[in-house]
Amino acid sequence: MANKYKEILIKPIIAENPITLQILGICSALAVTSNLTVTLIMCVALTSVVSLSNLFISIIRNHIPSSVRIIVQMTIIASLVIVVDELLKAYDYETSKKLSVFVGLIITNCIVMGRAEAFAMKEKPFPSFIDGLGNGLGYSFILIVVAVIRELFGAGTLMGVEIFPLVSNGGWYPANNLLLLPPSSFIIIGLLIWVIRVFNKEQVEEKDFSLSKHDVSPNYEKREINV
Amino acid sequence: MNDSIIKTLSVAFAVCLVCSLFVSFAAVNLRDTQNLNKINDQRVKVLQAAGIYDEANTNIEEQFSVLEAMFIDFSNNQIVSVIEGLDLDSYDPVEYSRKDGFFTAIPNDEDIAIVKNKENYGKIFILRDENNSINKVVLPIRGYGLWGTLFGYISLAADLNTVEGLEFYSHKETPGLGGEVDNPRWKKIWIGKKVYNNNKNVSLEVIKGAVNPQDQNIDYKVDGLSGATLTSRGVTNMLAYWFGESGYKQVLENLKNG
Repeated sequence: MANKYKEILIKPIIAENPITLQILGICSALAVTSNLTVTLIMCVALTSVVSLSNLFISIIRNHIPSSVRIIVQMTIIASLVIVVDELLKAYDYETSKKLSVFVGLIITNCIVMGRAEAFAMKEKPFPSFIDGLGNGLGYSFILIVVAVIRELFGAGTLMGVEIFPLVSNGGWYPANNLLLLPPSSFIIIGLLIWVIRVFNKEQVEEKDFSLSKHDVSPNYEKREINV
Repeated sequence: MNDSIIKTLSVAFAVCLVCSLFVSFAAVNLRDTQNLNKINDQRVKVLQAAGIYDEANTNIEEQFSVLEAMFIDFSNNQIVSVIEGLDLDSYDPVEYSRKDGFFTAIPNDEDIAIVKNKENYGKIFILRDENNSINKVVLPIRGYGLWGTLFGYISLAADLNTVEGLEFYSHKETPGLGGEVDNPRWKKIWIGKKVYNNNKNVSLEVIKGAVNPQDQNIDYKVDGLSGATLTSRGVTNMLAYWFGESGYKQVLENLKNG
């Protein structure tokens, strides 16, 4: 039994990662990863929302009428997000200012909805909670990797602490400003997906079509002459 | 069974009820802490702009009490301590610049910093010395950068011309580029710069590139932020607007003359 929970928890971290395999939750992964501190807070916020929403939805799953199930899920998710936002505003005002709308946007994060629909509606509360936790951790793992790369090479700092002294501050490191712009996380996530699929072959999708073999027939030259 | 109308309605109602109770409970319980955070955040920025913030002292209210807040009545450019119906401590000019009856739209040709609406009553923070004469003043400023409006405070020394500090409390500029308006090194450059030249025109500007140390107008020029031309220009425009005729110019004149 314990093994089953362990699997539910561990699987979404790399093998079934919501970002790199299911390509969900990309929006916030682009937006909040230019600074590691902000990223960590966002990860905690998302992980708690997805695990708690999974838990609550699973508790009432047998009573949710299928005609209004999405709305019911959304109501629960939205309430949790608002509470997380309020808590941040009260206890970590600085970071909540930096995260601004992105905490609110957890409501529309596909991972949360996706896990509610795919897992919590069918499974018992405890496994659902674990599943939420695992997916939150999978999301966090990717975000932290992206944020470390972006902040370290883009600004020379980690969590605001100087690691590489910048040229503009009299140091030796010329910052790569591209990394501070959102498109860079797109590239980093793309590279991560590539790396993961090199080691995890079963994630590689089948080709939609294959190129037919190019045929250099002996007729080729003949045709040329005819023209 | 689950899909009967009665069941659907009752589940929907129950979920909404529980969720709304949960949300309002959190909101009501946290409101005081949140408001205090907001007010203290502003206070810290004002203190930082004035250059008198002590990070070790967590009692922000006590630190802030050395500053005297006053209203600015823009209709006659005088400084007053009482305005009917407004509370001095909690008054936020930015908030009131959006409230009906408390703002005036700025004509397009004057609106160089894209402020759009100017509040009828501004706010000024004054630090006095032992003789009760002005030592420093802190003034709120705002204006458009690249992605949005930058909000901040600028403080002037006793001559009401020399900059003592600049601090932005809210902006949307790109981190690492325009976001460098928060860079302590850059903010330090501002100290000692002069706003008005001898002809009483606003001359302080953020230039492109670094200031030549031999430049004779060095007092009026600040190094530009590399890769953030539009943000730099926004800051220049902001200064030009707020220290110009439609901003604080007359107010500062009146303050200087007593």
